Amino acid sequence: MNFLAIRAIYRFELARWFRTLVQSIISPVISTSLYFVVFGSAIGSRMSAIDGVSYGAFIVPGLMMLAILTESISNASFGIYIPKWTGTIYQVLSAPVSAFEVVTGYVGAAATKSICLGVIILATARVFVPYEIAHPIWTIAFLVLTSVTFSLFGFIIGIWADGFEKLQIVPILVITPLTFLGGSFYSISMLPPIWQKITLFNPVVYLVNGFRWSFYGISDVSVGTSLGMTLLFFFVCLGIVWWIFRTGYKLKQ
Amino acid sequence: MKPIISIQNLTKTYATGVHALKPINLEIHAGEIFALLGPNGAGKTTLISIICGVVNPSGGVVKVDGNDIIRDYRASRTKIGLVPQELATDTFETVWATVQFSRGLFGKPDNPAHLEKVLRDLSLWEKKDAKIQTLSGGMKRRVMIAKALSHEPKILFLDEPTAGVDVTLRREMWAMVRTLREAGVTIILTTHYIEEAEEMADRIGVISKGELILVEEKSALMTKLGKKQLTLQLQSPLDAIPESLAPYKLELADKGQALVYTFDTQATETGIAALLKRLNELGIDFKDLQTRQSSLEDIFVSLVSNPS
Repeated sequence: MNFLAIRAIYRFELARWFRTLVQSIISPVISTSLYFVVFGSAIGSRMSAIDGVSYGAFIVPGLMMLAILTESISNASFGIYIPKWTGTIYQVLSAPVSAFEVVTGYVGAAATKSICLGVIILATARVFVPYEIAHPIWTIAFLVLTSVTFSLFGFIIGIWADGFEKLQIVPILVITPLTFLGGSFYSISMLPPIWQKITLFNPVVYLVNGFRWSFYGISDVSVGTSLGMTLLFFFVCLGIVWWIFRTGYKLKQ
Repeated sequence: MKPIISIQNLTKTYATGVHALKPINLEIHAGEIFALLGPNGAGKTTLISIICGVVNPSGGVVKVDGNDIIRDYRASRTKIGLVPQELATDTFETVWATVQFSRGLFGKPDNPAHLEKVLRDLSLWEKKDAKIQTLSGGMKRRVMIAKALSHEPKILFLDEPTAGVDVTLRREMWAMVRTLREAGVTIILTTHYIEEAEEMADRIGVISKGELILVEEKSALMTKLGKKQLTLQLQSPLDAIPESLAPYKLELADKGQALVYTFDTQATETGIAALLKRLNELGIDFKDLQTRQSSLEDIFVSLVSNPS
C-alpha cells in the first residue's frame, strides 16, 4: 500500500480547498443560513410542528443533506476533472499507485470537506433554531456514509465529464430537484397518497429520512431501509469506479 | 549487459482503429542517452506513454529493470520519471507544492534537501514559492523536469523536452541531461531537433509509421549512412556535364557555377584524386573547393522518406 501517495493526493486536494474557502464553505453556509431565516424563522414560525418537532428544527437534517450532497459531488468531480482538463493527470497515471489509493486520496479529501461543511452548517443552524440529536453515533454514521458515497458519485461524474458544463449538470438538474422533492422541507406523509408512492422512487428520501431519524427519532421510512438504500448506492458507485479503473474509461487509452 | 528497459513485440491499436505501434522490439541500456527520432504521428509519444503507464498496450511485453510494467507496475513506475511533451502544470499551485506532491505520489517520504537541490540545479529555487501560473513557458518546462526528478528516478523520459524553449535554456537543459547521465540516470528523449540528438545521444532509434526502422550507435550511424560531398566552384560556368565525367555521377549546381561530387567515406577509394585529374585533362578549372559531411538530419530525412 502506497500510503504516502494517498497522503500526497489528500493533502494536495485539501490545499485546493483552502484556496477556494469562500466558494467551498462560506457560500454554502450563507445559502443554508438564508434557508433557515426564510423557512425556519420567518415562514416556519407560522407553521405547526411535524411529529412534535418544530418546523425550523425539522428542516435542519434536510438542509444539511442538501449541502452535503451537492458539495460532495462538486468537490470530488472537480478534484479529478481539473487534472484531466489541465493534462496533469499523467502524474497520477504514471505513478506507482493503485486504483484504490487514487480513489482513497481524491474521495477521502472530498468527503472530509463535506463532513467539515456539514458540521459547520450544524453549528450555524443552532444560531437560528434549537434542536437536539437523539442518536449522535448514527448522525455521524449517516454523515460519513453519505459524504463518502456522494464523493464517489462525484468522482464518477468528474471522470465522465468532458467539459465544465457536464460537471454542473448532475448537481443542478438531478441532485437539487431530488433533494427538494425528497422530503427536506416536509414529511412525505403530508403529500397526497399517489405522490407518497411516487416519492419512494426518489433515493434522497431515504438519505434525508435516515438522517432525520438520527436527530429526532422520526422518519417516513424505516431507518433500516434508509441505511440499506444508502449502502446500496455506495456499492453501486464503488462498482462503477472499479469498472472505470479496470477499463481505463476516459482515463487511459 | 542486462537492459534497463526491454520491449518485446509491443503493439498499440487505438479504439479509433489507428495502429500507432506495429510490433516494436527494443532494448535500452542502463546509463545511456537514447534519442528516439520520428516525424509527427510516428508513435514516439505512444511508445513512451505505454512504458510509463499512461497508455495501455495492445500487445507485447515491456520490462523496466526486470519488472513487467503491467504485473509489477509499482516496481517499474517507481524507477521512471516522465516529462511529457505538453506543458501540463498545476497552474494554481506553488513550485514547491507541486514538486512535493510529485515526490509523495511516487511513495517517497518528504526530503526537502533533495527537492532544494533539484530546484537549484534547474535555477528554480528563487521561484519555489511562486505560483506556476506566474512563470514563463521555459520556467514551466523546468518545473515539469523538477517534478519528474523529485522522486530520484533511475530512468528519465523526456518527450520533446526543448520544444518551444529558447536557445539558452535548451543548452542549459542539455548540460543538465549530461549531468544526470553522469549520475547514472538512463535518459530516453524524443525530439524534433535533430541537432539535439546529434549533440547528446549515445544511440539513436528512428521510428516511422509505428515501426522502429533503425537503432544504431550515433557514431556508427553517422559513419555508416553519412555521406560526404565535394563542391568545386568553377572558374567558368558549364552548360552541361561532359560525357566523360558520367562515371562520377556529378551534379551541376549554382547555375552551372559549381560541380558537386558525392562520395562514400567508407570506400577504399573516394575517387577524388581521379576526378580532379580528369577535370584538369578536360581543362575545367576551379577556383575553390569545399567538403561537407551529411548531418544526422540528412540521414533522418533519407531514412524516413525511404525506409528500405
